[in-house]
Amino acid sequence: MMDFMNNLKSQLILKKAGFRLPRWLNTFNIGLVMVVMLLILASLAPLFSPFDPNDQNIQDRLLAPDLVHWFGTDRFGRDLFSRVLYGARPTLILVSLVVILTVPIGLAVGIFAGYFGGWVERILMRITDIVMSLPSLVIALALVSILGPGLMNGALALAFTNWPSFARQARTETLSIRRSDYLSAARMQGVTGLRLIVGHILPLVLPSAIVRAALNLGGIILAAAGLGFLGMGIQPPTAEWGSMVSSGSRVIFDQWWVAAVPGFAILFASLAFNLLGDGLRDKMDPRHDK
Amino acid sequence: MNLIELNQVSISHVQGSERNTVVHDVSLTVKAGECFGLVGPSGCGKSTLLWALAGLNPNWSGSINMLGQPLTAGKVFSGDLRRRVQMVFQDPYASLHPKHRLRRALSEPLKLLGYQDIDDRLSEGFKQVGLAENMIDRYPHQLSGGQRQRVAIIRALLLEPKLLLLDEPTSALDMSVQAEILNLLNDLKEKRDLTMVMVSHDPEVVDYMCDHAVTMKAGRIDTEKFYN
Repeated sequence: MMDFMNNLKSQLILKKAGFRLPRWLNTFNIGLVMVVMLLILASLAPLFSPFDPNDQNIQDRLLAPDLVHWFGTDRFGRDLFSRVLYGARPTLILVSLVVILTVPIGLAVGIFAGYFGGWVERILMRITDIVMSLPSLVIALALVSILGPGLMNGALALAFTNWPSFARQARTETLSIRRSDYLSAARMQGVTGLRLIVGHILPLVLPSAIVRAALNLGGIILAAAGLGFLGMGIQPPTAEWGSMVSSGSRVIFDQWWVAAVPGFAILFASLAFNLLGDGLRDKMDPRHDK
Repeated sequence: MNLIELNQVSISHVQGSERNTVVHDVSLTVKAGECFGLVGPSGCGKSTLLWALAGLNPNWSGSINMLGQPLTAGKVFSGDLRRRVQMVFQDPYASLHPKHRLRRALSEPLKLLGYQDIDDRLSEGFKQVGLAENMIDRYPHQLSGGQRQRVAIIRALLLEPKLLLLDEPTSALDMSVQAEILNLLNDLKEKRDLTMVMVSHDPEVVDYMCDHAVTMKAGRIDTEKFYN
């Protein structure tokens, strides 16, 4: 309701000023364009990057941005523009791994808890509560230090602390439809068990899980960069935004661009997924049906 | 032949560890081929009774004999009994899965039963209730209330039930559509040799449809009435 009122208010203000945004200029489209750009740049990084991202050139170290090195160079003389492009890859891979792991686990836990109720629900939701109450980045750090740093382990660690929110949401939604007439009708028609859960409950729970995943992605990107910053992510010399910020922070007062460039890349990616998630939520909400 | 025999049946709603008994010591019989009415004010337990007969609420005690076999309390229906007892729900806006096209919703149970001629059965069903066959690839939200209720009737009849339970099948529809649905049900009852149990709070609907009716009050049977 608040959303609706705010939306109405902002529209009224804009109308009064005699100014209306064109319809295509909305959160979803902006987010989508940014995410698509990110995906294209990451997948075609060798085409766009003018230098080898790992090519060290000590004479050219810590150069300011110019026409040859668009974003400058780092302390080993590596071209920052190329490194930022290549750095999108581990970030996106890690983020997709986290989504692939968390969404199914969260949905399964939540739907089973909501559908079966009773002891199953109590046990599953208490486990969810426990994991939810853990400080996520600290636990991720602990897990990575046990498993060893690296892309896959970083993804596992972040996935471990990220599934509970999906489980909670899926449980609530399952509870709200568990006693619905159409599920009772399906049961009367002999549709039971896993077939009922996958064919009838999942399609109703999945859309909001997708929205939540898109909204979470921004946070996961930040967490992944955090792991990289602390040296717990993918290991050098592979380009990764978090570790690039970390190495740039040593020279931040004199050569600010070394940390700022990957920092802006993180900002861009996180913002892209946040806008996409926000737009998706607006689209799926029937009250925003325009 | 008696299709349903209830003897001293009490029905409860169970939520967690709480048990709330809504229907007390009801005994009644429904003959094969008749339309049996359950009438009463809201909250009198008539829908609860119907949901227990539908096998959706196994929390009952007493003895129930249905389609010639005794039921066990606490157990859900399975096998042949499951398909022979079908229901049309009160609210046609809530009884069809919002994300399933009609084709999927109607054909899934037939597939589970292993039928091959599903398309023929579906088009036959559409013809029987007077719906255009080209609606089959629509979603429920693309249909009107009356059309949805017809779809719900097809869905129930596709499984060739012996007993059709009707939970106020017309209360969510407007007057003219009500009459159409009631006439359709009467028609199908003749053709298909169905037995129907109908819950209604509208005495006129029951007068029009039923051969035999009981009025319930506070979870017990108050009066019994036969029509000719």
